[in-house]
Amino acid sequence: MNTFPFSDWIVAAIFVLCIAVTVTGALIAAFTKRIIRSVSGLAVCCLGLAGLFYFLNSPFLALMEILIYIGAVCVTVVFGIMLTEPDEPAPENFKRPFPVISPLISLAIGGAVFVGIAWLSFKQAWTAPATVTNDGSIESIGKALLTTYSVPFELISLVLLVAILGALVIARSGRTKE
Amino acid sequence: MNPAQLYSQPAPYLIVAAFLLAIGIFGLIRRRTLIGMLISGELIFAAASLNFMALNHFTAPDKSVGQIAVLFIMGIAAAEVAIALSIIIAVYRNYRSIVSKELNQLKG
Repeated sequence: MNTFPFSDWIVAAIFVLCIAVTVTGALIAAFTKRIIRSVSGLAVCCLGLAGLFYFLNSPFLALMEILIYIGAVCVTVVFGIMLTEPDEPAPENFKRPFPVISPLISLAIGGAVFVGIAWLSFKQAWTAPATVTNDGSIESIGKALLTTYSVPFELISLVLLVAILGALVIARSGRTKE
Repeated sequence: MNPAQLYSQPAPYLIVAAFLLAIGIFGLIRRRTLIGMLISGELIFAAASLNFMALNHFTAPDKSVGQIAVLFIMGIAAAEVAIALSIIIAVYRNYRSIVSKELNQLKG
C-alpha cells in the first residue's frame, strides 16, 4: 500500500510538528511581556491549528483559518497595537496586590481546566458513527451553506456589516469630542 | 495503539483543545492590558473551533456540519475583534491607557 518508505512515520512526525507549533504559539501568546510578540504567537498558533484542520480532512477550513485569523484578525490587532500603547506597565510603578499568590492561583485554575478536560476526553471512548451520510467535501459544504444553513449564512454577513459600521462609529466618537 | 496512527485518534486533538482553552483562561486572568485579554479570548475561540472540528470528524455522521459551525465561529470572531478594537481605541483616547486597572471610572 505504502509506496514511499516510512511514509506513515513521516505523517506522524508532521502531525507532532503541528501540535508542537500550536502549543508553542499559545505559550508565546500567553507568556510574553510585549504584546506584539503575543500577537505573533497567536499567528503561529493559528498556523499550527490550520495544520491540525488539514489532518482532520478539511483543507478548506485550514485555508480559512490562515486567511481569517492570520490575515485578518492578527493584522487588525497589530493595527490596534499601533494606535494604542499596549505594553504591560513596568513592575515598579504597577504593584500587584499579591505578587506571589496570584500567579499560583491563575496557574492552578488553568491547570485544573486543562487536566480536567484532558482527562475527560482521554477517558471517554469516542464511537465512530454507524452511517456516514456526508463526506464533508467542499462541494457538500457549499451545498449545505446555500440550502440548510442559508439563513445563518446571510445573517452572519449582516452581523459583519453591522460590526464594521459599529466599529467605525465607536472609534470615531472619541475624536469629535476633543 | 500504533503511535504512527496518532492522528486518527480523537484524544490528541481534544487534549490540544483543552490546552488552548486552559492557556486562554490563564492569559485572560493574568493579562493587564485590554489587547492582551483580547488575544487570550482568541485562543479560547481557537480551542472551541478545534473541538468542533475533532468531534465532527470522529463522531458525527454528517461531516460538513462542524466545518460550517467553525466557519461561523470565525465570522463571529472577526466581527468581535473589530468591535473590541474600536472600543479599545475609544478607551485609549479618553484615558490615555488601556491597562485594565486604571479604567476605573464610569460616566453616569
